[in-house]
Amino acid sequence: MATAPRFWRENPSRYNLVGFKCNNCGNHYFPPRIICPLCRRKSVGKIEPVRLKGTGTIFSFTEVHEGMDEQNMQRPYIVAMVELDEGARITGQVIDCDARDLSIGTEVRATLRKLSEEGSSGVIHYGYKFIPLCNGPAASENE
Amino acid sequence: MNGVGIVSYGAYVPHFRITPDDIGKVWGVDGKAMGKGLMISSKSVPAPDEDTITISVEAARNMMKRCDINPKDIGALYVGSESHPYAVKPTGTIVAEAIEAAPDLTVADLEFACKAGTAALQTCMGLVGAGMVKYAVAVGADTSQGAPGDALEYSASAGGAAFLIGKEKVIATIDNTYSYTTDTPDFWRREGKLFPRHGGRFTGEPAYFKHVVSGGMGLFEKTGTEPKDYEYAVFHQPNGKFPTRVARQLGFAEDQMRTGLLVPTIGNTYSGAVPLGLAAILDEAKPGDRIFAVAYGSGAGSDAFDIRVTDEMARFGRDLAPTMTEIMANPKYLDYATYAKYKGKIVKGRD
Ligand SMILES: [Zn+2]
Repeated sequence: MATAPRFWRENPSRYNLVGFKCNNCGNHYFPPRIICPLCRRKSVGKIEPVRLKGTGTIFSFTEVHEGMDEQNMQRPYIVAMVELDEGARITGQVIDCDARDLSIGTEVRATLRKLSEEGSSGVIHYGYKFIPLCNGPAASENE
Repeated sequence: MNGVGIVSYGAYVPHFRITPDDIGKVWGVDGKAMGKGLMISSKSVPAPDEDTITISVEAARNMMKRCDINPKDIGALYVGSESHPYAVKPTGTIVAEAIEAAPDLTVADLEFACKAGTAALQTCMGLVGAGMVKYAVAVGADTSQGAPGDALEYSASAGGAAFLIGKEKVIATIDNTYSYTTDTPDFWRREGKLFPRHGGRFTGEPAYFKHVVSGGMGLFEKTGTEPKDYEYAVFHQPNGKFPTRVARQLGFAEDQMRTGLLVPTIGNTYSGAVPLGLAAILDEAKPGDRIFAVAYGSGAGSDAFDIRVTDEMARFGRDLAPTMTEIMANPKYLDYATYAKYKGKIVKGRD
């Protein structure tokens, strides 16, 4: 069970998809780490925090029928591995759609939603989830 | 007011809808007739993982997409709502973090029934006008609740819009504002209670109409303007009937208020209502156009605004974020059971 302090420390990366770029191999990763999983020792001093744009495509997905208590109200819900435009792969819930609307390669964008609540009187945790672009207006990129 | 105005704006409405017909079926009421009377054909419904915080964040992010200002230049952020998820812990703290404006800014949540968003707008105007901050953000958003079976259930919906207020690259100046406030118990919700209560018939004449008309007339007087000076008009819209009638009382024609009237398709978004209507108008307004806006909040009061679109609008990145037409397109309709589950109206065995 995640606790409020742990969630709180990770909020900037969870709200705004702050990952990192390894300037040794040039790859992007999420979540932030101290060294590159590929280059390891060679990446020391070459890790740069990067705000990922949040747009990408579905690499793989599954429909969950028996999952976490927090997601009971949304059952069945969809969890996908998303390949972001920068190349980083990230796992998250895909929302506001049915599994039949999705396929490998479906374009998605990140948004902020409630992840869980610590009961009716505890802290509410927020973080990224993904919405298919075909659901509505295409999210424009800032460039 | 010394060049202060809207630098950017963004909006958001949840993806789901329910029709008055489907609500009426459950309660043995002719929902179709109810919807017709209210001039509401569907209302927006937030997903179970949406609340005023996520709606405010989405609107504020759309606002940031349309401009290239540094979020660190935002010195103040206010969120007006009557459905802040926390009684204590400001919605604005999470919105500020999510647009990377934190930590060097002042944040507070505002509350004045359905006009908390425009109260935020006035507060931002003052701070920017006084030179205390370079930019300020005003958000109006709600996920409003009507008790099951109550008349409000046919209209209470969700949505919100955000405005970046500043003095540079202003796409629309806010030339004047006027407010009218009295102690009127037309609608209220006591601390700790889930659903609001209202004074039935008391909500119309002495509440909505008196305050919106007084607010509008006060602004006409203050600015020396009349209805024909404005291309657009937008009023608080708890249903379609009230703003249509109030527009007529103030002397506006139907085509002046058509663009800003969103309640027929998305319902009453409370604090989001005038902000969303204003966003829809800014989506299509041309340089030189003048906008008349009056928000209403129960309790009761009104905030009226005289807004003028500038030449900067021609260079503004309007299509860098979705327009209201795009936001409202392709909704998914829910049946009552799913809607009740989404809105947390079903009491579960344990929590
Ligand atoms: Zn590397």
